[in-house]
Amino acid sequence: MADTQEYSGTALTEAQSSSGDWEPRILGILCNWCSYAGADLAGSARLLHPPNVRIIRVPCSGRVDPQFVLKGFMRGFDGVLVSGCHPGDCHYAKGNYYARRRLTLLTRFLETMGIPRERFQFQWVSASEGARWAESVREMTERIRKLGPFQGVGRPVPLLIPVAATRDEPRELEVKAQ
Amino acid sequence: MARVGVFVCWCGSNIARTVDVQRVAEAARRIPGVVFSTDYKYMCSEPGQTMVRDAIREHRLDRVVVASCSPRLHEPTFQRCIAEAGLNPYLVEMANIREHCSWVHQDREAATEKAIDLVRMAVAKARRDFPLFRNEIPITKRALVIGGGVAGIQAALDIADAGYPVTLVERTPSIGGRMAQYDKTFPTLDCAACILTPKMVDCASHPNITILTYAEVEEVSGFVGNFTVRIRRRARGVDMEKCTGCGVCYSKCPVKVPNEFEEGMGERRAIYVPFPQAVPNVPVIDRQHCRLNNGLKCGVCQKLCPTGAIAYDQEDEVITGQFGAIVVATGFKMWDHSQIGEYGYGGIPDVISGLQFERLMNASGPTEGKIVRPSDHRPPKTVVFVACVGSRSENHGHEYCSKVCCMYTAKHALLLKEKYPDTQAYVFYMDIRANGKGYEEFVRRTIEEYGAHYIRGRVSRIYRHGDRVVVKGADTLLGRPVEIDADLVVLATAMEPQDDAKELARRLGISTDQHNWFSEAHPKLKPVEVLSSGIYLAGACQYPKDIPDTVAQASGAASKVAGLFSKPHLLSEPMIASVREEDCVACGQCVRVCPFSAIELVDVNGKNGASRRAARVNEGLCHGCGTCVAGCRGSCIDLRGFTNAQVLSEIDALALA
Repeated sequence: MADTQEYSGTALTEAQSSSGDWEPRILGILCNWCSYAGADLAGSARLLHPPNVRIIRVPCSGRVDPQFVLKGFMRGFDGVLVSGCHPGDCHYAKGNYYARRRLTLLTRFLETMGIPRERFQFQWVSASEGARWAESVREMTERIRKLGPFQGVGRPVPLLIPVAATRDEPRELEVKAQ
Repeated sequence: MARVGVFVCWCGSNIARTVDVQRVAEAARRIPGVVFSTDYKYMCSEPGQTMVRDAIREHRLDRVVVASCSPRLHEPTFQRCIAEAGLNPYLVEMANIREHCSWVHQDREAATEKAIDLVRMAVAKARRDFPLFRNEIPITKRALVIGGGVAGIQAALDIADAGYPVTLVERTPSIGGRMAQYDKTFPTLDCAACILTPKMVDCASHPNITILTYAEVEEVSGFVGNFTVRIRRRARGVDMEKCTGCGVCYSKCPVKVPNEFEEGMGERRAIYVPFPQAVPNVPVIDRQHCRLNNGLKCGVCQKLCPTGAIAYDQEDEVITGQFGAIVVATGFKMWDHSQIGEYGYGGIPDVISGLQFERLMNASGPTEGKIVRPSDHRPPKTVVFVACVGSRSENHGHEYCSKVCCMYTAKHALLLKEKYPDTQAYVFYMDIRANGKGYEEFVRRTIEEYGAHYIRGRVSRIYRHGDRVVVKGADTLLGRPVEIDADLVVLATAMEPQDDAKELARRLGISTDQHNWFSEAHPKLKPVEVLSSGIYLAGACQYPKDIPDTVAQASGAASKVAGLFSKPHLLSEPMIASVREEDCVACGQCVRVCPFSAIELVDVNGKNGASRRAARVNEGLCHGCGTCVAGCRGSCIDLRGFTNAQVLSEIDALALA
């Protein structure tokens, strides 16, 4: 998909190596109309919160392909936070309902991939909830700090359901970090 | 290879105080693809924008990243800016280093690192930007107004006055709606007919207005500027061209049925005009009750009609029209109080609804304005009015306030006392909600000048005792039970959406709330629009409203339509979904998830000239949410401006080594 070669090495790694302290790195994927605006409001209201989240703006939480979340973990983020409009408030009427279904399923899938579900959060923040956004960043950062650095995708967890019923033994799903 | 320019803004000290902007600009220079970067005090100022435009020319930039405030604030500014320098406006990306960074962090080091990351992400995305264009969509400059009550009439008149043709569709045989049934209107006590009927006549005579009565909208397709609507005009049984409205037919018709317009209190014939001022003044044959239609001998109206206008064999007419905008003004209905057991299940003749009382007071009503008891036609001596019947009641399914009952109950009490000063008027209320111009004063007048007895409390039971009606309730201010021997009880019943509101919403592709009121696009800032462009709401189909609010909203809807029609053409959204048809397997998942019904499966040319199916996005309908993109099994649908490659590259931009 995207060429990644030229993006190896980031400011964050430099910062980490210089300070020596590990800081949680969290990927935020926010819908334009509610959560991104809520994060903007947190800014205008000067609601201080930890600088650990990097925000990607998408039009709607319904735009969030579960692979964005997986990609975040595969690229070494310690946590991923997806935030959309409250149920009933979606700018596009029902995109957030699709997001809720997809990401609920994803949460279960993450565990099978060996990604603790505590590292992933899906939440609603409206355009008027700047304080809620700031609070969720605080909470998520603290939770990830306690969990420690993400060790990378690739430590397989036995699948409870055989991948193919025709096989004699249940096969473990293996996903390796790139 | 893209040539990206990065422009880092200080925003005075807003950003520069917390973020080391020079370091951000220097770090940006090392990001692959970046050929130029700089920082400046106010990037959005004219000198700042000139700096951007000059750099585009000097360094042959083809992508621009502005690291400043939220794109929700200044993205349009910089889109215009780079367009002036000859770039496509969608080749600019913004890194939000103010709201999401300098304003919410204090640690200068961490904030600077974050700002650099945000720039890195923006550059990665900008490199994958491609020019986007808005297509011109033609507009059919004809409006459809659904519902011929005061809301629909006002909207139609305003649109027509703005110079655009309007088709007004009304389900009943005449326009006028609920307001035509009212006697006087609060708080000025204008006679409803005196202020409404001139507007009805204006509608009928306006060269830009076509009225279709006894007609319903059956099917709506298309999108803003280009709706195709199928309207069924039910067979009237009377030739509208030939009829002169003389009225001989209905004076001699032998069939008598309860009159809907009089709320069941009077009678009409099987051929009838609903009320004397009806527009159009052409009778309609009620086929359910017509003797001839039920296999009996008759034909009286046909024999008597001097112009030969009666046409028993007339058939429904289906009209398909093109419209650029639709105003929905379908109004409300009154809740049927026969569901309340404690108020007699609607079985006590002298317990009537507010709308029935309205007809009793009306000079053209069944009693010619005399207030009498329906049971024995005696004038009542004691009248009890009960507010909030069914409204503000979870038990009866209406948690909401019906908004107008406080006022019309006060009006009823006042008019009763005015006509019959010796009559006693009692009003049971929960709260008095008189929040309009002159409303509170009106209620006070009813109480203080006219001496209506207001009792704060609920009525627990209404039952018959001899020829009287006993009302049992509580006075919660005095804290004691109340029992009133009444002659007539008037219930201010809740307003409800029309029975088929949900069905109409489905046809229009708009949404309703839990009670089936139509949902506006935004409760405060878009109270007239719905989520689908080109469809507007007017009046009580959205929520209970009084006449001033209804008329105001109708004019609002009309001005929205006029604004839409004043443009030569529409511009499509540039950031919308598009399908790679060669990869699409027509599974239909995108069709199912699209909130705007913007995607359909169509026949496309496959290999060797064979035809096959593939999804196609209607650019007029797509709003660009991207729900289809995340749902596509084959990744063959993508969202312009937020492609999969762009989002993933933003994540990649921050990848650990």
